[in-house]
Amino acid sequence: MNATAGSGEAFLSVDGSYNFAYLDEQTKRMIRRTLLKAIAIPGYQAPFGGREMPMAYGWGTGGIQVTASIIGMDDVLKVIDQGADDTTNAVSIRRFFRRVAGVQATEETADATIIQTRHRIPELPLTEDQILVYQVPMPEPLRRLEPREAETRKMHAYAEYGLMHVKLYEDIARHGEITATYDYPVEVNARYVMAPSPIPKFDNPKMQMMPALQLFGAGREKRIYAVPPYTQVKSLDFDDHPFKTQVFADPCGLCGAEGVFLDEVILDDKGDRMFVCSDSDHCRGRREAGHVGPRAAAAAALGYPDSEGDEA
Amino acid sequence: MSDMEPLLAAEGVGHVYAGGQLGCADVSFQLYPGEILGVVGESGSGKSTLLACLSGAIRPEMGQVRFDVGRQGLRDVYALSEPERRMLMRTEWGMVHQNPRDGLRMNVSAGGNVGERMMNVGARHYGQIRTEALDWLNRVEIAPERIDHLPRTFSGGMQQRVQIARILVSKPRLVFMDEPTGGLDVSVQARLLDLLRGLVRDLGVAAVVVTHDLAVVRLLSDRLMVMQGGRVVETGLTDRVLDDPQHPYSQLLVSSVLQA
Repeated sequence: MNATAGSGEAFLSVDGSYNFAYLDEQTKRMIRRTLLKAIAIPGYQAPFGGREMPMAYGWGTGGIQVTASIIGMDDVLKVIDQGADDTTNAVSIRRFFRRVAGVQATEETADATIIQTRHRIPELPLTEDQILVYQVPMPEPLRRLEPREAETRKMHAYAEYGLMHVKLYEDIARHGEITATYDYPVEVNARYVMAPSPIPKFDNPKMQMMPALQLFGAGREKRIYAVPPYTQVKSLDFDDHPFKTQVFADPCGLCGAEGVFLDEVILDDKGDRMFVCSDSDHCRGRREAGHVGPRAAAAAALGYPDSEGDEA
Repeated sequence: MSDMEPLLAAEGVGHVYAGGQLGCADVSFQLYPGEILGVVGESGSGKSTLLACLSGAIRPEMGQVRFDVGRQGLRDVYALSEPERRMLMRTEWGMVHQNPRDGLRMNVSAGGNVGERMMNVGARHYGQIRTEALDWLNRVEIAPERIDHLPRTFSGGMQQRVQIARILVSKPRLVFMDEPTGGLDVSVQARLLDLLRGLVRDLGVAAVVVTHDLAVVRLLSDRLMVMQGGRVVETGLTDRVLDDPQHPYSQLLVSSVLQA
């Protein structure tokens, strides 16, 4: 199409019908401004004019808008859903960007410049050259405690976060420990309390002083927030009940990895199951490097893991 | 008394609701630390409007409400910034609502309700919060094994006591009470009043108690204000006003009480 923008910047279309990366240039500009604001105030939920995307709310419309606004022709995109590259949400978002932006896609964490994620942070530590984009269903960490939007905004503005600890207190009083295991609230840069999106609390420590830029997009709620590189991210806790992550008894059944987040896989209808890496790229990398887990043979007999990758 | 600074000072406080409905008008008084002021009057006499104006809920259209914020001298409550005022409400002030549902978090356990104010001001040690909450539940005569129960499993009187513990735990200097015994049966009322009187005296808390029940003010308050039609018609020491009412309306009010 190559129409010319007022600024002299050339519009560019990859497939002949959509603007580069789907969104029009004005929208991208608006989202980039919001991103700058969000980065300037770590953890603050900056409102933005969220657009309708060609997919339903809840499928990552916020994350896609953020990715579409920051992606360039030279970027290499990785999309993960629950840690895996081959799940429906990841496959369709990757396909979307290959079509409208024509960018290179990858499954390898190390090769990616932009990683859009739902529910996980990759096991491989990220670098300064990477950007992690989270899809966020519920950006407001106080929502379940305080239903009034006007009130939660005031609570953020005045840093009145006592209520968040009342929730944690209730957990300990009833169950003896803090039972939140995902979307575990964090305090960013010693100021704003933030929902880290539904990542397992296992991943919370990875956010602390992460070298990569972390961007969060909530499409339905039309909020963007961010954690700049090397920022303090502290999981909320009590002095005498410190924050703890999940611990897994067994290593990954396929690659034998320890100290990673594992998913449970049911093997038959007799109760046999195994635990495998949630991060599929990490697991494949280890298997290719020759690591073999205790259940690898049994899994291979069942045709697992499926060696056929998707179109990426 | 003379060299003491007042804790709360109302000067010509008045409020008219949209539509011209008079809430209250020209109310002035000074409340000193540890003093309990009763406000009585019939329904619609402006008691609740006055309480809302004093407690930061409604900005009065006329007059000034001043409070000794942080022992730094009297400051206009409505000239404070919003975060300052909210902080004041959560620390130096407390509000006991007539209906405990308005004052408690019904989906949070009794211990959590009592602990909230501590966590609001930065308490981050679970054990200490719990010990303090247990201590306060004990002081309002709630059995320690009920600390993790939800308020809705409590009787009305117990809910009211949890509400009182929840407020007094932050050692406020001023408590507003709106019909603290309303809706409770008489024996429970008597025990609650006895408890309140003891706690308030022990802690030296000042209070403004709004009620239509003369027995409540007889037991609790040092001074009494009688309101009618939004205006104060008589003030004085509680016993003086109740035993020797001067204004015709006060006389009517006192003589309306059935002698059991």
